[in-house]
Amino acid sequence: MLTFLALTSVALLGIVPEQSQAIVIYTGWERHALVGSDIRLSCSFFSWRWTSEDVTFSWTYRPDGSRDAISIFHYTGGAAYLDNKGPFRDRLEFVGNPGRRDGSILLKNLELSDNGTFTCDAKNPPDIVGRPSSVRLLVFEKVPIQAGVITGAIIGVVLGLLLLIVVIYYLMRFLVARRVFSLSVSKHGKKKKEGSQQRQIKV
Amino acid sequence: MLLLLLGIIFLHLAALVLLFVSTIVSVWTTGESTTSDLWTNCTTATTCIPASTGEWIQSVQAVMILSIIFSCLSLFLFFCQLFTLQKGGRFFLTGTFQILASLFVMSGAIIYTVMSKDWVPEGNSFGYSYILAWVAFPLALISGLIYVILRKRE
Repeated sequence: MLTFLALTSVALLGIVPEQSQAIVIYTGWERHALVGSDIRLSCSFFSWRWTSEDVTFSWTYRPDGSRDAISIFHYTGGAAYLDNKGPFRDRLEFVGNPGRRDGSILLKNLELSDNGTFTCDAKNPPDIVGRPSSVRLLVFEKVPIQAGVITGAIIGVVLGLLLLIVVIYYLMRFLVARRVFSLSVSKHGKKKKEGSQQRQIKV
Repeated sequence: MLLLLLGIIFLHLAALVLLFVSTIVSVWTTGESTTSDLWTNCTTATTCIPASTGEWIQSVQAVMILSIIFSCLSLFLFFCQLFTLQKGGRFFLTGTFQILASLFVMSGAIIYTVMSKDWVPEGNSFGYSYILAWVAFPLALISGLIYVILRKRE
């Protein structure tokens, strides 16, 4: 009985981690940037195994509207290999830390033609089963304004000013009415005192 | 007296209706098979897409909406002042709001006239919403001036 339990537990321990032993790669979903700026595309992974010395990172780039992807970066055997022939020649830099499972790259001096999808694939031998993750890059000439922001702002400012004017008008009326009231009260008080003084003198 | 009142209200409502149509119907520019601005660009063949989100279109949208709001406020204030104003008093507040509404329409139409060349392709002409905006401006202005000049009688 005990040996049976021991055998099943060992078998279970052996089976369950196998299923969850896929490598999980994380990149952003979408990145926005301006023409001429630099952008850092981050890539990291989660793996049940220790980070091996043979860990590899590779980035591929598929331009918008194209069906082919080209390889632009590869890290293997402790060395990073950057694109030296393709569209990112001299514009790529490896800023990751493979020891800390970070395979991020830095794209410098972005152009409008850099719009596209960047895919990061990481392998941590023997953990090699996993799905590459993609991040979409959108490059803008200038920051686009969302629809309705300026509209709402102008309407809000004008209506706010109107409300402010109404509030100030009623406040002034209230304050002036209060001053008039306090003045008339003090006049009444003075008249009463004079009246009583005169009566005393007469008597 | 009653005739005058009805005439004034009719003029105000006419200006208000023109403002509504001009703002809501998206036909400030017409091409051969397209209509565009303020809110959507449509072609007769396909569905409509939202209009461009430049700063100037958004300011025209804001100013047209503000003119509608001010004209409605002015109508509401007219009915308020009709019952609360002393005999011989003038409808200053109503007239002010209506004149402000007309100024907003004017500035919206002017901004659109001057800046629409940036996003409208050549060959397109102005649509009827744009013309209605220009018609609504003098109507609202005259209506506002009448309110300012009018004296309340019994």
